[in-house]
Amino acid sequence: MRLRRGPALSSYFWLGVGALYFIVPLFATFLFSLNKNSTGKCCTLDSYSWVIHNGDFWHTLRVSLLLAVETIVISLLLFVPTIYWVHLKVPRLRPVIAFLALIPFVVPPIIMVVGLLKVYKGTPDWFYAKPWGFLAAAYVILAFPYTFFSLDAGFRAIDVHTLTEASQSLGASWPTTLLKVILPNIRAAALSAAFLTLAVVLGEFTIANLAAFHTFPIFLQYVNETQAYPAAALTLMSFGLTWLAMLSLLLVGRKRGGSRGVVGGAR
Amino acid sequence: MAYLELQNLHRDFGTVKALNGIDISLGEGEFLSLLGPSGCGKTTALRLVAGFDRPDQGRIVVDGKDVTTISPNKRDMGMVFQAYSLFPNMTARQNVEFGLKIRGRDKADRRNRVAELLDLVGLEHAADRYPHQLSGGMQQRVALARGLAIEPRVLLLDEPLSALDAKVRVQLREEIRRIQLELGITTLYVTHDQEEALAISDHVAVMYGGVIEQMGTPAEMYTSPATPFVAEFIGTMNRLEAIVLDGAEGDVEHSGTRLRVAAARGRRNGERVLVLIRPEALELEAATNGASANSFAGEVLTQTFLGPVTRLKVTSNGTSLIADLSTARAAALPVGARVVAKVPSEGAKLISLPDDGPGLPVLDLDDQ
Repeated sequence: MRLRRGPALSSYFWLGVGALYFIVPLFATFLFSLNKNSTGKCCTLDSYSWVIHNGDFWHTLRVSLLLAVETIVISLLLFVPTIYWVHLKVPRLRPVIAFLALIPFVVPPIIMVVGLLKVYKGTPDWFYAKPWGFLAAAYVILAFPYTFFSLDAGFRAIDVHTLTEASQSLGASWPTTLLKVILPNIRAAALSAAFLTLAVVLGEFTIANLAAFHTFPIFLQYVNETQAYPAAALTLMSFGLTWLAMLSLLLVGRKRGGSRGVVGGAR
Repeated sequence: MAYLELQNLHRDFGTVKALNGIDISLGEGEFLSLLGPSGCGKTTALRLVAGFDRPDQGRIVVDGKDVTTISPNKRDMGMVFQAYSLFPNMTARQNVEFGLKIRGRDKADRRNRVAELLDLVGLEHAADRYPHQLSGGMQQRVALARGLAIEPRVLLLDEPLSALDAKVRVQLREEIRRIQLELGITTLYVTHDQEEALAISDHVAVMYGGVIEQMGTPAEMYTSPATPFVAEFIGTMNRLEAIVLDGAEGDVEHSGTRLRVAAARGRRNGERVLVLIRPEALELEAATNGASANSFAGEVLTQTFLGPVTRLKVTSNGTSLIADLSTARAAALPVGARVVAKVPSEGAKLISLPDDGPGLPVLDLDDQ
């Protein structure tokens, strides 16, 4: 009998095609970003220097990163207990919530922002005029589908009923059960919800623009319209920063143990 | 004095009566198995005792204290579940330690208790393994240690062996009984496996349709079933519907065959009864001159090898009988052989049947 020694040659071919699809645009952008802004000639790191020394870059990046963290925290605080409760006590409501979670996909952001501006009109300035209030609220809604479907998959992968009852029979209260038993076992799902929320917030343009907030995507768009080479540098840097932020989340959320996070067995 | 009492428990789910007034009284340190088919209400009863559900009516009393409305985390009930219930994010040691941490026990105390319990279930070597690194049997052992760690007032086991293979199941049930006797802990055990229930319990309660059909020691349940359902459910039983012909002599008639059954003495003539005969009590021999007294003449239909015994199915004028013979004796009665099945007068039991209803059958003998 002949033993297979490794993946077929065609696997490498398609892997290469896939890699090229992603790498070529990045490499082209990188080459473009090396041109000097004033002469258009290669090769200089002036565009990167311009970005790094731009105050708006750091300011908008800070705003967007903090907004992302705020959105992630609010979303997880709101949806982890809710989805846990739905799975445990009212599973018939799950399809209803799944349907609600699809609405931000269906309603275009431009319509959503007009609606939200009307709804929140009249709220205090600390909420309506600040990104930490209005924008964070809008982003929680915008990230709802990603948060819900990630967490829902996590809860479906564990036996919520048995783990909860086991924990309670050992004397644990509801909060202890949620924090010590349930949360560690949906950690991967919570992390994936956080990744997706981070990506949504760092890339969201329409709502921030129409609500007149100065976030990182707004800065990116402004640079793109006015300075071609620094825009390419900024694009690459934002790409790298997003990956860095995701890596940080992964490191923060990583656990020491060897759990698989899945409970088997019949019920 | 009763340590655990379930008093007139009722629980409905919509139109389904899961529990229809069950009463159980269990002494301290005793082991009771709730036995019955799926949907009989045994798990519902256990969940009410654990506090995961509330009865519509009735009370649960532990050591003289009404715990019916107390939340599950304050009941001090150790529980082992049917599904693997270890916390996947914790090692075996951390799982066992969990309840002790909740109770605020100090570290040294916790360490000693965990080591003691893991030793008790023979898993001290696997203390640092995560659940996915343990076999099903090992996981249930850790779950048992975890349930016992909190020194519960009552230990509840909800079909803890049903997901395990046959050999591990037998080993572990013996271990559960050993540990229960060693610790003297009051235990309520739910199972649908009658062999399991009979093997390890002080008392068995057979449930059907939300009520307890009969409760007694395993020997009582096996030798003296009180209802047709119990007779059907516990072990294998030949059941012959009959009419009492002569209550003074103990004569009954089944499908034209007259049988003398000691248990029928004193019965009213014309009463409908069910004659119950265990397969091992039925005497089978090769036919020489047709049926003799108290016997059926018939033919061997099938032989099923069960190891030390062989089970023979015999048919006689539409009556199906099952007899267990030693495998050596069964070899002399091959399929198709003409045989005589003698009904022992003293070994047969009797149950009254309602005069106007069928009362039977509940299960098919072929399934046993």
